[in-house]
Amino acid sequence: MSLEIRTYKRRKLVNLLASAAALSCVVVALIPLASILVEVIVKGYGALSWGFISNPIIPGGGIGNAILGTLQLAFYASLIGLPVGILTGIYVSEFGDNGFGRTIRFFNDVFANFPSIVIGLLAYSLFITYFGFSILLGAIALAMIMIPVVANTTEEALRMVPNSLREASLALGVPRWKTVLKVMITNGKSGMVTGALLAIARITGETAPILVTARYSYYWALSPSDPTASLPVAIWFNALDQSATAQQQAWGAALVLIILVLSFNIVVRLLTRRNRFNNNNRMVKKSWLRKSKQSA
Amino acid sequence: MDMRLRWASFRPKSIRALGGDFAFHLLVGIVAFSAFILVWVLVAQMVYGAYPSMKALGFRFLTDTSWDAGKGLFTVIPLVVGTLTTSGIALLLGVPISVGIAIYLSELSPAWIREPLSFVIELLAAVPSVIYGLWGIYFLAPVLSHNVDPILVSLLGWTNLFQGTAGGFSKLTAGVILAIMIIPTVASISKEAMMAVPNSQREAALSLGATRYQTTRIGVLTYARSGIFGAAILGLGRAVGETMAVAMTIGNSPKISWNLLDPGTTMASMIANNWGEDIGDPFKLSVLLEIAVVLFVVALLINVFARLVIGKAMKPVQSGGAGL
Repeated sequence: MSLEIRTYKRRKLVNLLASAAALSCVVVALIPLASILVEVIVKGYGALSWGFISNPIIPGGGIGNAILGTLQLAFYASLIGLPVGILTGIYVSEFGDNGFGRTIRFFNDVFANFPSIVIGLLAYSLFITYFGFSILLGAIALAMIMIPVVANTTEEALRMVPNSLREASLALGVPRWKTVLKVMITNGKSGMVTGALLAIARITGETAPILVTARYSYYWALSPSDPTASLPVAIWFNALDQSATAQQQAWGAALVLIILVLSFNIVVRLLTRRNRFNNNNRMVKKSWLRKSKQSA
Repeated sequence: MDMRLRWASFRPKSIRALGGDFAFHLLVGIVAFSAFILVWVLVAQMVYGAYPSMKALGFRFLTDTSWDAGKGLFTVIPLVVGTLTTSGIALLLGVPISVGIAIYLSELSPAWIREPLSFVIELLAAVPSVIYGLWGIYFLAPVLSHNVDPILVSLLGWTNLFQGTAGGFSKLTAGVILAIMIIPTVASISKEAMMAVPNSQREAALSLGATRYQTTRIGVLTYARSGIFGAAILGLGRAVGETMAVAMTIGNSPKISWNLLDPGTTMASMIANNWGEDIGDPFKLSVLLEIAVVLFVVALLINVFARLVIGKAMKPVQSGGAGL
């Protein structure tokens, strides 16, 4: 065998091994996901029953108040976080071409990945005096987690809208604010909805910021100023308990929580798939426009 | 970019239109401004909450090495060491796997599997951290302590990093869970960095007779390395702040030790674990808030650094892409 053939074979072998290594990385990452799903479904399935879902943690050993608490927290957090996040995103995208706009954008990026327990404690340190441990305090903490995420996705969605639409609207004499509301938002809507849903899915699974703000309760929360149980915190408090009821509560809550969060993510995925297609079409048009401008 | 041009041609024709624009600009501006200011007000408030502890403990909080709550000795050092240890394990295990995933998705996989596979990998990020913790307690910790730890002890016991037979609640277990948790972040940003590499890079390498592996190594990885570096830093930021999964599996002992099979604790897990009992005691509460202040500073530094690296890494790629 000549030298070329031998090095060729060696190179082919290395190539094959490297490809196999890359593929095995994917498999290695999928094993824990599969294992988590199997464990949660197998151990949580036995716990599920109507009584379990509808009774509060005590008496009855259910997780009803935790489910309701999670929904309430998500609702109130969205009530605060979505408008603020969307308006911030609009500011950064439409009016943010200045030092302040760029600063906000930078910190949106920074805080979008910030440790959630720190954000929870930030909310705690000021608002505890006004609200005490309560759903409201928890909702403020969760809203603070949502705002940078929603602002970023809103900004991205508005950036995707082709400039020609904006120009067309302005050329017709439509004022700027109406252009933003009627043209930009109408066209960027699907991206904004996706971002909002993803943000809600994310806060639904957050544990640490709720633990330090909304705390925990064995009973139904009667008003937004009460502390409440939530699915993640119910898992946390029951996970290390030796009693069978507590462990059942932990696994049952985990199953309900994972169904909630994953179904949210899958819905978002189905939505974005359609969007991406549209956006691609728009991008093609946009680049075509740019080219024709350049040549002209 | 072209933002100034966007509105350049606009001249208000009527006072009413001008009023609407002014009001709208004011509204979004005020919301963005107050959300931004509020964060820093809250930071100041948190520092104020930590003040009793700062005053009583002074610099000892940042220099002492032993934590003993009974004797009133509080220090952040063992927590920082624990945080760095678990995050280090997470990066060591997680980054190579993430880069492998990114290579597979951007260079090797058939087009039809890329989207669904990326989605499944990203689901790892959607699983709530407390469920990772639950899985860690009942699945990973027993598996590691029965099947993996003894092998590590017999093979690598001489390094002092793996000794004894702890019950599975250890820095190693927490680090492994963190590695799994940072994979989706690091993999998806690395993948983006690799997919932004212009095709001319690949074509040049292939035309010289390079194999796929060589093309990836020479043409793609070299080009995308700063993006991958930024992704790793972002992963570090996630690992440092991760709370529940770590608090449930690390065993919570504020002792510094080299042995990765010993229990330890991190800044975030110390806060979560003591939030229940300690908030009745104002001093202990302010100690927890001081830990949070330190964690805030660390996380801010890491995230700002990561953003600067990624921003820099992606910029030349974008302008290069426009030229194609």
